[in-house]
Amino acid sequence: MLLEYIPILYLMLVAIGFGVITVILSSLIGPKKMTREKAASYECGLPSEGFQYFQTPIKFYVFALLFLIFDLECIFLYPWAVHYNQLGLFGFVEMLIFICILLVCYVYVWKKGALEWD
Amino acid sequence: MSPEFILPAVNFQCILPQILLSLTALLVLLVDVFGLVKKANALALITLAGVVFATLTLFSGTGLQETAFSGMILVDGFSFFLNLTICLILILTILVSMNYQQFFPGINSGEYYSLLIFAAVGMSFMAAAGNLILLFVALELMSVSIYVLVGFHKDNLRSIEAALKYFLMGAFATSFLLLGFAFLYGATGTMDLLTMTEFIRSNPEVLSSGLFLSGVLLTLTGLGFKISMVPFHMWTPDVYEGAPTVITGFMATGVKAAAFAALVRIFMVPLGSLPIDWSMLLWVAAVLTMTVGNIIALVQDSIKRMLAYSGIAHAGYLLIGVVAGGELAQAGILYYLLVYAFMNIGAFGVLALLGKKETEYNTLQEFSGLGLKYPVLGLAMAVFMFSLAGIPPTGGFMGKLYIFSAAIKSGYVWLVVLGALNSVISIYYYLRVIVVMYFQESGAEDVAFPAPSPAITLGLGLAAAGIMILGVFPSYFWVLAQNSVFVPM
Repeated sequence: MLLEYIPILYLMLVAIGFGVITVILSSLIGPKKMTREKAASYECGLPSEGFQYFQTPIKFYVFALLFLIFDLECIFLYPWAVHYNQLGLFGFVEMLIFICILLVCYVYVWKKGALEWD
Repeated sequence: MSPEFILPAVNFQCILPQILLSLTALLVLLVDVFGLVKKANALALITLAGVVFATLTLFSGTGLQETAFSGMILVDGFSFFLNLTICLILILTILVSMNYQQFFPGINSGEYYSLLIFAAVGMSFMAAAGNLILLFVALELMSVSIYVLVGFHKDNLRSIEAALKYFLMGAFATSFLLLGFAFLYGATGTMDLLTMTEFIRSNPEVLSSGLFLSGVLLTLTGLGFKISMVPFHMWTPDVYEGAPTVITGFMATGVKAAAFAALVRIFMVPLGSLPIDWSMLLWVAAVLTMTVGNIIALVQDSIKRMLAYSGIAHAGYLLIGVVAGGELAQAGILYYLLVYAFMNIGAFGVLALLGKKETEYNTLQEFSGLGLKYPVLGLAMAVFMFSLAGIPPTGGFMGKLYIFSAAIKSGYVWLVVLGALNSVISIYYYLRVIVVMYFQESGAEDVAFPAPSPAITLGLGLAAAGIMILGVFPSYFWVLAQNSVFVPM
C-alpha cells in the first residue's frame, strides 16, 4: 500500500534536487562582483529608495479581504459542478440558496460603501 | 473516474430554528443597510420577532431523538434544552440592548444584531453537534462573532484592547482544540461522537494510549479557555471589563452554555469511563477555578470585574458536575446553565441600565444608596445577587443543590465540601453590593438614571421572575432537565 506513495517521493526528490543543484551551479559558474548595493542589508540588486516607514492605504486591505472571501466561496462551486448530474434539481436549489446568501453579503458590502475607492 | 456521490438524507425540520435565526440575521443586515426603517428600536424589534418565532419553532422538535445530516446533528432532549437556554439568553440580551443603545447609539446597527444572532446560531449548533468537525465550525462561528462584538465600542480603547486580547488568545486556544480533535481522530478513527463512544466501549485499551490522552488534554485546554477554567482564565477579567456591558452578559452565559455542552458531549459521555486519575485532573481544575475566582473577586472595586471573577467561580461549580459524571450531574449542569443565564444577564442588565451618555457606572461607590432611591431596580439587583450567591429561595440555590448532590452521589464528598466553602466566600462580595445599595448614603454625584424603557423592564422582570420560578417551583424544569440528558442512542 505504501508503494502507491512512491511517485510522491520521486516528486519530492526532484523538487529538492532541483533547488539544491541550481544553488550549487549558480555559485560555481556565476560571476562574482561585489558592489555597494549588493552589500546592503535586504539587498535585491537594486539601490534602495525612499523611507522605510510609509503608509499603505488600508483600502487595499479591505479589497484584498473581500476578494479572498468571495473567491474562496466560489471554490465550493467546483465539487458541486463535478457532481451536478447526480445531484439533480435538489442540488441546484441548494446551490441557489448558497449563492443567494452570498448575494446578500455582496449587496451589504456594496451598500455599505466598502467597494468605493474614495 | 469520480466516485459515486451519495446524497445525505436531509431533514430541514431538525435545524429549523437555526435556519430561521440565520434568516433573521440576514434580514436585519439588509434592512439596516438599505435604511428601510427610521425608528430607533425598529431593528431590535425585528430581531426580537425573529428570535421569538425561532424559539417557538424549537418546541415542534420536543421529544425527538434522532440524528440528522448523516450524524452531524443530534436532535435530542439535550440540544433542545440548551437551544431553549440559548434562545432565552438571546431574547434577554436583545431586550437589555434596546435600553443600552440609549447611551451608546453606536450599537443600534444591523451589524450588532446580526452578529448577536450569528453567535447564537454557533452556540446552538455546538449544542446540537454530533461530529467534531461541526463542533469546531460552530465554535468558530460563535467565537468570531463575539470577537467583533467585544470590540463594538470602536472609540473606546478598553473595548478594542479587550477585543484584540480575546481574539489573539482565542485563536491560540482554538488551535489547541483543533489539534486535540486531530489526535482524538487519530486514536479512534472517527470524528462522529456516537461512533467514537461505540469504539471506546468496544476497545477500552485506547483510553490509555498516548495519542488519545494527548487528544483529551488538548481538547480540554481549548474548551477550558472558553469557559475560563483556571489556569486558562487570565483573559476573562480584562475582556469582560472592556466589552460593552450587554455583550459581557451575553458571552458570560452563552459561551459558557455552548462550551459546557461540548464538554458534556465529548467528556462526560464518550470518555465517561476514563481511568480515575483523569477525573482527578478535572477535580483539581474545578477546585482551582472556584477558589481563584472567588478569592480575587473579594477585592474588586469595579462591579463588572467582580462579576467577571464570579463568572470564573461559577465555571468551577459547573465543573464539579463534569467531574461527578452520570446523568444526574448532566441534568444539574443543564439546570445550572439555565439559572445562570437568568441571573448573570440580569446583573449585567442592571449595570447596563445605570450610566450616562457614553460612560457606564462601574465602581461600587456609584451604587451607594441606589436601593432606596430606585426600589424596584434595587430589588431586582438584590434578587440577582442572592441568586448568584446561592441563597434560597432563588434559582441559584437549587442549581448548586442539584450539582452538589449529584457529586455526593458519585462519591466526591471533599469536592462538594470545597464547593460549599467557596459559596460561603462568595456571599461576602455579592452581599457587599446589596449592603452598599441599601445601607450607604448616596455619593455626592447624583446618579443619572434614565427613565426605564419597557424593554429593560420586561428584560429584568423576566430574568428576576425566571430566577424565582426556578428557585421556588423547580420541579417542572428539573424534570425537563432530567429528561434532557445526553445518552448515546
